[in-house]
Amino acid sequence: MHVTVKLFAGFRNGRIPIEETELPEGTRVIDVVNRQTIPVNEVGIIMLNNRHAKLDTELVQGDILALFPLVGGG
Amino acid sequence: MEKIARIDMGAQGGPRVTFEPVGEYAGLGGRATTSIMIAKEVNPLAHALGAENKLVIAPGMLSGSAGAMTGRLSVGCKSPLTGTIKESNAGGQAAQVLARIGYAAIVLEGKPEGDDLYKIIVSAEGIKVEVDNSLKLMDNYPLVEKLRAQYGDKVAYMTIGSAGERMLYAASIACTDPELRPTRHCGRGGVGAVMGSKKVKAIILDDAGMKMRPPKYPDKFRDANRKFVEGLRKHPVTGEGLPAYGTNVLTNVINEAGGYPTRNFRSGTFEGAAKLSGEAQAELEIKRGGTATHGCHRGCVIQCSGIYNDKNGNYLTKQPEYETVWAHGGHCGIDDLDVVAELDFLDDNIGLDTIDMGVAIGVAMDAGIIKFGDGEGAIRLMKEEVAKGTPLGRLLGCGAEITGKVLGVEKVPVVKGQALPAYDPRPIQGIGVTYATTTMGADHTAGYAIATNILKSGGDVDPLKVEGQVELSRNLQIATAAIDSTGMCLFIAFAILDQPETFQAFLDMLNAFYGTELTGDSVVELGKKVLSAERDFNARAGFTKYHDRLPRFFYTDPIAPHNQVFSVSDEEMDQLYNW
Ligand code: SF4
Repeated sequence: MHVTVKLFAGFRNGRIPIEETELPEGTRVIDVVNRQTIPVNEVGIIMLNNRHAKLDTELVQGDILALFPLVGGG
Repeated sequence: MEKIARIDMGAQGGPRVTFEPVGEYAGLGGRATTSIMIAKEVNPLAHALGAENKLVIAPGMLSGSAGAMTGRLSVGCKSPLTGTIKESNAGGQAAQVLARIGYAAIVLEGKPEGDDLYKIIVSAEGIKVEVDNSLKLMDNYPLVEKLRAQYGDKVAYMTIGSAGERMLYAASIACTDPELRPTRHCGRGGVGAVMGSKKVKAIILDDAGMKMRPPKYPDKFRDANRKFVEGLRKHPVTGEGLPAYGTNVLTNVINEAGGYPTRNFRSGTFEGAAKLSGEAQAELEIKRGGTATHGCHRGCVIQCSGIYNDKNGNYLTKQPEYETVWAHGGHCGIDDLDVVAELDFLDDNIGLDTIDMGVAIGVAMDAGIIKFGDGEGAIRLMKEEVAKGTPLGRLLGCGAEITGKVLGVEKVPVVKGQALPAYDPRPIQGIGVTYATTTMGADHTAGYAIATNILKSGGDVDPLKVEGQVELSRNLQIATAAIDSTGMCLFIAFAILDQPETFQAFLDMLNAFYGTELTGDSVVELGKKVLSAERDFNARAGFTKYHDRLPRFFYTDPIAPHNQVFSVSDEEMDQLYNW
């Protein structure tokens, strides 16, 4: 299945910021995090198609996944 | 900080300065001082630009000490923009310097007759008020340059640009940063217009010969400060995200969440967001020889700011904040950081709130004055209209509400006359509660529900649901009112809400400094006391629960991608102050 993975802030260092990838059915958010070699405890915000998602959320064809470390501002 | 100086600008025979002990305002600071004093001393029915209004300038409880993050200044008055009480908060050097000179507050009162323009020099020797008509209609950058030639670089400057002199309702008060640039503004609510109404152009704060304020228990204070700084350094938001990308790291986050108000709140995502993002901004700043990490005052260890150079590598402005990038960027359909940076410079120079100014331009775009996306047009409006004080410029400079009224726009994003900042309340319900109910008019900082709704800092409340939002906003508003009183930058909240030991270190700093035994509960009590005073002032000024509502279109017009309206019920919102 086809999924767009976007990385933000410090997650971009040494990685591809936006990538369209082919992933096997049943791939979960945490599998993407591991593939990207992002330490799981550094994942702050997971947005899947503009909604918050969890590490064990399963991805489906056409998903847009955005991963952020904990960030803030205001 | 044992004394208060009152400067009666309208006294017979010229301005008169009197001094008094801090008295009933002892133990307060920052927003607690300004709000409790305004609520007690100003007639809520007074005209904000009249002689009865007062402008209170107060450093925070820990300002002027060796404590980290303590350089925030509060300025309070009745707001010409909102008609409510107002506390407007800024960084820069002013709070530290004013506190070291020994003042808990400087209060500008009355209003002079005639056209003379004044400057006020505050030093260890006392306070001088002098006429200086050579400063008339100068904007902030050249004004500070001129003052520096006379008063040097070892002082802090608080100034108003031409917008403040013209008493535009979005006029700010500029405070200089450590490099003497007028970049840190008490932006919201038109506090610059109140200073202008009193004919005060500049306040020069000189702490020569003064030392840091000593804590009651120096060893304990040093120890608590060390732990506090450790806590800020180790939290990912205050230790990594904010220093590296500044507040503009939020552009991508809020856009991904579908809460980025685009083209006057018509959509929740902006196709040009990536170009405006904090990631793009930081890269550009570093490439052009600026910096993405800079503190607005000495003693800030988070350093969320930066220096933005132009294409030729010359200083253009400080790093524009997320709300500025949004107001002048996505809200106006503009996706060019150089345009945004130039507008940020113009706001700082003319002396305007970047939020109300940017939102007003977007509202004018909605009215067809210029087209959405027209960056050159926006710059022209600022340079040719606002800076010159033309009738169109004056109405733009009076903010979004007046602009919308005069130009016949239906969708004007304001609460109590103040423009909504960079978060749409339909897909982020919690921030809508804060916008509607805060004593300040629409203000994100008053109860930053974004942290919990979107950033998952200090808890997790679903942004798309109504459950838990009122309670969340209430707790945040109380905590914020307290933090705004300490002189600490609000961004410490990310670390102290997540890390109990950092919250304890924050309490220990206050206790070691004052010899008190404050607990978490005392902080909550302080916050409630401040909010109650503000709410009481607003009630006496004529505000009721029916003013605690968002503009109607947020309840009737859904926007993509969530296709949701704001749905927290009126009855629930009316419970916010029921504690
Ligand atoms: S974190 Fe940013 S706003 Fe806060 S004191 Fe530091 S530079 Fe100023």
